[in-house]
Amino acid sequence: MKGKESFKTAGLVVALLLFMWALYMIFIFVPTEATMGISQRIFYFHVPLAWLGLLGYTLVFFGSIMYLWKRRSGWDNFSSSAAELGFIFTTLFLISGSLWAKPAWGVWWTWTPRLTTALILWFIYIAYLTVRFYASEKQQGARFGAVVGIVGFVDVPIIAISTSLWRSEHPGALVFQGGLTPEMTFGLMVSIAAFTVLFVYFLAIRTSLKQQEMEVERLRELVEQDQ
Amino acid sequence: MGNGSAIATETALETRLVSKRFGNRLVLRDVSVSIRKGELAVLFGPNGAGKTTLLRILATIMNPTSGNVLVTGMNIKEDAEDARRKIGVVSHQTFLYNDLTIRENLEFYARMFDVPHRRERIGEVVEMVGMTPRLNDRIGTLSRGMQQRVAIARAILHKPEILLLDEPETGLDLKIISVLWKTLLGEGGEKRTVVFTTHDLERGIELGDRFLVLSRGAIIYDSSKEQMDVTHLRETYDRCSGVSV
Amino acid sequence: MSFLSKSLAVARKETIAELRTREMVFAVLVFTILVIVIFNFTAGVDQEVIRAAAPGLLWATFSFSGTLSLNRTFVREKENGCLEGLMSCPASREVIYVGKVLSNLLFMLVIEIIALLVFTLLFNIYVLSPPLLVITVLATFGFATVGTLFSGLSANTKAREMVLPILFLPIVLPVIIAAVRGSEQVLAGKSWAGLSPWFQLILAFDAVLSVVSFLVFPYVIEE
Repeated sequence: MKGKESFKTAGLVVALLLFMWALYMIFIFVPTEATMGISQRIFYFHVPLAWLGLLGYTLVFFGSIMYLWKRRSGWDNFSSSAAELGFIFTTLFLISGSLWAKPAWGVWWTWTPRLTTALILWFIYIAYLTVRFYASEKQQGARFGAVVGIVGFVDVPIIAISTSLWRSEHPGALVFQGGLTPEMTFGLMVSIAAFTVLFVYFLAIRTSLKQQEMEVERLRELVEQDQ
Repeated sequence: MGNGSAIATETALETRLVSKRFGNRLVLRDVSVSIRKGELAVLFGPNGAGKTTLLRILATIMNPTSGNVLVTGMNIKEDAEDARRKIGVVSHQTFLYNDLTIRENLEFYARMFDVPHRRERIGEVVEMVGMTPRLNDRIGTLSRGMQQRVAIARAILHKPEILLLDEPETGLDLKIISVLWKTLLGEGGEKRTVVFTTHDLERGIELGDRFLVLSRGAIIYDSSKEQMDVTHLRETYDRCSGVSV
Repeated sequence: MSFLSKSLAVARKETIAELRTREMVFAVLVFTILVIVIFNFTAGVDQEVIRAAAPGLLWATFSFSGTLSLNRTFVREKENGCLEGLMSCPASREVIYVGKVLSNLLFMLVIEIIALLVFTLLFNIYVLSPPLLVITVLATFGFATVGTLFSGLSANTKAREMVLPILFLPIVLPVIIAAVRGSEQVLAGKSWAGLSPWFQLILAFDAVLSVVSFLVFPYVIEE
């Protein structure tokens, strides 16, 4: 237990240091993009958030398969925690996209393939969380969640293809023409690393919190049965 | 229970350390029973003891959380479909579709159970429960008692060796109850293996030749008719039903 | 062989019950036609506007009417404990799934084809062309495979009818997108070749999602 705790604290410290570095990179180190100016810097938040949304659902998928196979509630706690986090980061991705769209295109929302895919993924996260919420008991919720976790995951690539096919007929604005300078790529990598470590840290905390909740519940049952 | 394989030929139904958990609630705890071929086993227990759960596991409708169930020596984890072929179920629910006629319902189940000579067999079982005149009536238009008769016909359609009855007498009049026992036990002169649940102790003692008491998910009494001590059974039963009240 | 014949037995039983009561197809059909009529008031009488909006309208209608009819899939199994009876039969859980997919596909197609006929009649736009029918069949198959899985799932939740659309619609969105775009091409008089990306997309969805749904269905009805 003690080793686990210090491991978590280390995770938090690493995340903190990486974030300080990332902030330095984003606001001081990387050059300002030529056509979009300062607002392009939101890109260094926007991309990692998208990555975490996808990473989250990939972990949900993995945890779901493991749960249906092994039937250990630990796997269910893992995938439901990943879903909660993935949902939050996908929400932040949609918000950051919206904030970026306003200065870039003058509108709060634009149906680019990526934003559209993310929006649908966001709805799939909601579906996953909804089905757990409305299940008549916990194990059933875990099972149903796993089913949505698996079906939703295999659907994501098809959604991505369909939205890009859909938009290719009505070409929308590209993100930016020039591509990334090496400094920009480096800054982006640091930011992605910082966000990923934060995600893993949150995931570990949330999963173990759920484990503890279950343990409390189990002990309470035991006490009630003995009375 | 370790000698299960040696006596497999005469054991109809066997559970080995079967447990079932719903969330944190343990509904069955390490239930191990073996029922011989031709036995009429009565499963007593107050409401909430886990009788229905145990029967549903035996019927392979529900999977146990742990443990094994053997139906005529076949493990239901591996041979679920073959095991189901040997089992007929009558519960307080009829498993019949209200919008279909008696014939259509039985036709459907006959197809699902691969019953040969469907038409003849359906005629036979419907005759047995005395429902021939209503063969083309929808289930929804029949009285509860009549529906239960059709449910009995449905359960024996595929000539199962084992019958599982979950409180089958609940809400039935005496006439249908006599039909029930006649059809369930009589067919072809061969005695079926029957497991049935009830919370009516006197009725159970009258019918059964093997007695089990389930309390809070565990078997706390198990005796054959020859070895049974009625007072002890009564005491045991009263004790556990007292707990649940 | 036994797998298929038992699946057909399930589909047959569903169809007999539906033919007898007509509760689902009738209500959903009325709903569908009502939506088409309401469309008349939003699009006006301009033929060009109607033509432009028709594909979107058709597929929005089919998505909602599909959800409505899918909701009914397991209702009948809930009465008299029929689902348990079904599960005590010597057939795998997948048999139940395939049988229900077939009957759902049939019911939805009947509703959609009547709706297309009504649409043709009311708006004088010929939507019953072969390519559009192929799109309809392929897309509806996608609806049926995913929808049957999710209707089994939502039938066991506390809020049944509310849960199904939340699960079903985001997952089938690629099919809706492809069906709308494909139908647009058909109405614009494009050839079969121009439709191929959309066909491919729907086929890919049908292939992947039907296999996955088939594999996970047993987990939906087990206890």
